[in-house]
Amino acid sequence: MELKPGIYWVGGVDWGLRNFHGYLTHRGSSYNAYLIIDEKVVLVDTVKHYLFEEMLGRIKEIIDPAKIDYIVSNHVEMDHSGALPKMLKCAPNATVVTSVQGEKGLRRHFKEDWKFHVAQSGESLKIGKRTLVFVHTPMVHWPDSMVTYIPEEKLLLPNDAFGQHIASAARFDDELEWGILKEAAANYYANIVLPYGEQVSKALGALGGLAIDMIGPSHGIIWRSRIPDILKEYQKWCTHATEKRALIIYDSMWGSTEKMAHKLKDGLEAAGVPVTMRSLSTNHISDVMTDLICSKLVLIGSPTLNNGMLPTMGAMLTYLKGLKPRNRIGFAFGSFGWGGQAVSEIEAVMKGLNWEMPIKGVNLKWVPDPEELEAVKKTGKELGERLMK
Amino acid sequence: MPDMDKYQCTVCGYVYDPEQGDPDSNVAPGTPFSAIPNEWRCPTCGAEKSDFVKM
Repeated sequence: MELKPGIYWVGGVDWGLRNFHGYLTHRGSSYNAYLIIDEKVVLVDTVKHYLFEEMLGRIKEIIDPAKIDYIVSNHVEMDHSGALPKMLKCAPNATVVTSVQGEKGLRRHFKEDWKFHVAQSGESLKIGKRTLVFVHTPMVHWPDSMVTYIPEEKLLLPNDAFGQHIASAARFDDELEWGILKEAAANYYANIVLPYGEQVSKALGALGGLAIDMIGPSHGIIWRSRIPDILKEYQKWCTHATEKRALIIYDSMWGSTEKMAHKLKDGLEAAGVPVTMRSLSTNHISDVMTDLICSKLVLIGSPTLNNGMLPTMGAMLTYLKGLKPRNRIGFAFGSFGWGGQAVSEIEAVMKGLNWEMPIKGVNLKWVPDPEELEAVKKTGKELGERLMK
Repeated sequence: MPDMDKYQCTVCGYVYDPEQGDPDSNVAPGTPFSAIPNEWRCPTCGAEKSDFVKM
């Protein structure tokens, strides 16, 4: 598939992928590799090792792989570098172009002494009619991450940035519904890029000055019709801007914490707040993050088991802590039999993230009284009124 | 005279500026790099103090 004259998509589509190291990918994914035919032949990124043959087949339709002069490795992670060893066997004259951390990372991953060219940030490589410009974007989302920009084509190849886990026959943004793309891009950002808002903001600033009419990420569809839309979303997400919505994340053992969650919801709704309920017994942590990215108010509830929070909540909060969502309002709640430590454990996580916590957590013993549940509902309403102010 | 030089993380490029400190991690402005506790981690990527170099 030719995206621009002489520039081809030669990636692989992973229809069967549903679990990406603990992150559920309900729509599968793709690993996008791009082939540029100029005086020099350049392959930008490869695919996960098990899709090597698919990529090789696509390359062979265009050119003899042995003619590849450069393989650009924008990112060391093995969903993009996995096929590099086999690809280099088919392209023995190729030089691997990568960042400073990229070379260190590739050597450590593959134990090979390949022909490396380390690109400094801002360095350009003339390949004929076109120039490749390499810009380091450390921590979007790894230390080695860099992007490749082709000014003559107004084409940006940013690897994981602007990516979505979508397996599809569609290759471009205008071939799929915007709602699906927005949700997939949000889900991707929330699970992978969220801790690096500052770095994304810096990168967006640098890109702002460039002429770009196509963005080819390393996963999912290629942006060409909706570039302002996706840039707007990234601008929002990287500044932790959210909507006046509430998310209630909870789990329950005998139903008390769940009853409290529902009462909080009732109170929030009475204040006019849209509420999303996510029980950890039926929702995966990575799906909860998609709701979290747009919710200003986050209520988290767990019963206490053996002097601590439930393990499902432990998993959620370990994941959340790592992704560092900022600028939220938090509220903790739960039920207990004798220890009751879970609520203060939840509050400690919220405090560590510098969330605003206007109301102290509620912890109720065994089974709440009707009056206590009405008080919980009132607390929900109070939180909602604060949010909508 | 305490060392008020900036130090850069060799993993991700983050720069520690002693004048700014790292208040989010309880390192007050004005703290020289050498005075930061050894358990401190790079606020961007989590690398250790030993991964930093003087600029």
